[in-house]
Amino acid sequence: MSTMTIAGNDIELNDEGFLVDPNQWTEEVAVELAKENDIDPLTDQHWQVINFMRKEYFEKGTGPTVRVLGKVSGVSVKELYQLFPKGPAKIAAKIAGIPKPRGCI
Amino acid sequence: MSDTEKPAPIEKVSIVISKGSLDGVYPGLIMANGARAEGIEVNLFFTFFGLDAIHKKRAEHIKAATVGNPGMHMATVVGALPGMSAIATHMMEKKMTALDIPSVPEFIEFISDTGAGIYGCQLAADMFGFTKDDFVEQVQDIITVGEFYEMAAGGQIIFT
Repeated sequence: MSTMTIAGNDIELNDEGFLVDPNQWTEEVAVELAKENDIDPLTDQHWQVINFMRKEYFEKGTGPTVRVLGKVSGVSVKELYQLFPKGPAKIAAKIAGIPKPRGCI
Repeated sequence: MSDTEKPAPIEKVSIVISKGSLDGVYPGLIMANGARAEGIEVNLFFTFFGLDAIHKKRAEHIKAATVGNPGMHMATVVGALPGMSAIATHMMEKKMTALDIPSVPEFIEFISDTGAGIYGCQLAADMFGFTKDDFVEQVQDIITVGEFYEMAAGGQIIFT
């Protein structure tokens, strides 16, 4: 567990660097987490994925896997890996402030 | 390494798929896909009957083995009946579709899109009389075992 301070707010992160509480997330937090994961700047397409991740999480209780992202986010699998080379579902979830998606496919 | 120190994460894997049955092909594909989801570099190497999974005409017809497969919980004589493998394959495919597991050709395309390298084995291709034209477009090259080891350098090798 660690803490990062953004705009005066203490944000709690778990050992893997995911937000403990998705409700602590703000766009500033996303920008900061993206930088820490070597993504700078966040483009419109990054935001499209990040916002989709949050929407799915709050609707379904879990973030989408890469396969689901590729099917329904409007961004192709190839593009997803260009945007988030270290794993689209995992890194986008981290930046979107939601837990790491579970799922083998 | 101390007890508190975390082991270094896996950064690269090379996965060999050597069997051509449903249960011989899918585990390697799932592991490859899962590795890419974690941001791990992946090379997939198809050899021997595993080549069927990247063969244009055969990839759609990967079957579950009902004979010599104790995991099927089926007497060998029953498994040997005509059509039994087709029935077992059909049942498994239904369950897999329900879990959103893609068909073999679709899975290969997906894994290729995630940036994994896909290769066929030279010796096995020679043995079966296959050339690069017999394989799906995602196959980057037909390589020798020596080239495979060069490509696998610095990573882990998983044989399935």
